[in-house]
Amino acid sequence: MKSSAPNTPGKRVLLLLPAYNEAAYLPELCRELKANCPGVDVVAVDDGSSDATSAVARENGLKVLRHPFNLGDGAARHTGYIYAMRKGYDFVVQLDADGQHDPADIAALLRPVLDGEADLTIGSRFLKNADYRPTAAKRVGMALFNALASLLTGLRITDSTSGFRAANRKVIEFYSLPEFYPTSYPDADLIILSHAAGLRIREVPVSMRHSRKPLPLHHGMAAFYYVFKMFLSISVTLLRAKPARPEEK
Amino acid sequence: MPIQNIVLGVVFSLGLIIITFELVRRRKLNEEYSWLWMCTGAVLFLLSVFPGLLLRLTRALGLIAPASALFFFGVFFLLLIVLHFSAVISRLTNRQKELAQRIALLERELEAVKEERK
Repeated sequence: MKSSAPNTPGKRVLLLLPAYNEAAYLPELCRELKANCPGVDVVAVDDGSSDATSAVARENGLKVLRHPFNLGDGAARHTGYIYAMRKGYDFVVQLDADGQHDPADIAALLRPVLDGEADLTIGSRFLKNADYRPTAAKRVGMALFNALASLLTGLRITDSTSGFRAANRKVIEFYSLPEFYPTSYPDADLIILSHAAGLRIREVPVSMRHSRKPLPLHHGMAAFYYVFKMFLSISVTLLRAKPARPEEK
Repeated sequence: MPIQNIVLGVVFSLGLIIITFELVRRRKLNEEYSWLWMCTGAVLFLLSVFPGLLLRLTRALGLIAPASALFFFGVFFLLLIVLHFSAVISRLTNRQKELAQRIALLERELEAVKEERK
């Protein structure tokens, strides 16, 4: 097996798993994480699950942050970043708890951040010729926001909805502030905001497995809300004063 | 304007002001959420007591019936109140989120302390 344990002497890495009703999928993911990143701290943010997500996470040796009720996928990641900030972690890798992100890719995702080439990396399923085939409606939505994010940042963004990201301390400091991190769907708008804050962003090819969970772009009203929210969020981000640049360390 | 209209307007607007005041007195309504209702009541009261004002406003707005002007102001104030509440709800939602996050972080701290003691 390819070893992808992040080799980070003297630096502390935190794996951040936002989890909402993932009890059934956590044990498998924890095994993969232990195999790929032995000895790395993992925190699960249980976003008010109604199943045994917290208990299962604890049984598997994870640290658990449990929201007393459901706050949203963005809020769960935000809580994780606040935790990383308070505990003095140098790097955070966030991945979805439903198993769509392959822990074998963590090392590749973290590499540019560890080497100081980027502050934030985003795992893109489209840079590799992966077998990932989203539905037509979802493809249109994704293409639209990828194009918008690329246009507004001047970077090549191919997968703005990816929740597989690695961040350094500068990003942790910025994301843990109370006012910036979006409560729901932290996708293209957060990339644009991060770029405006002066963070260096890079996409890294990763393989993506199919999620068992329907994404908002999949269905009905949630899809309309997603498009509305993203346009509004991006417009106000552009119209607000630029956030202060996180300080160079 | 018929006297019935004036009486109705005065009774309605005074009723609104009195009910709002009473809710504040019984601590069922906070002062900061009472002022828009009080304003609505006060404006309706003024328009009822001085029908000339209402007639002038009706003409200025290009309306025919003074009742339409009254409806217009009623709806206008209701919209303001509802928008105000949306803003208040947003603020409460943000605070609630922050509190929930703090609880999650504190519980984790507590757990870590307990683990250390073992």
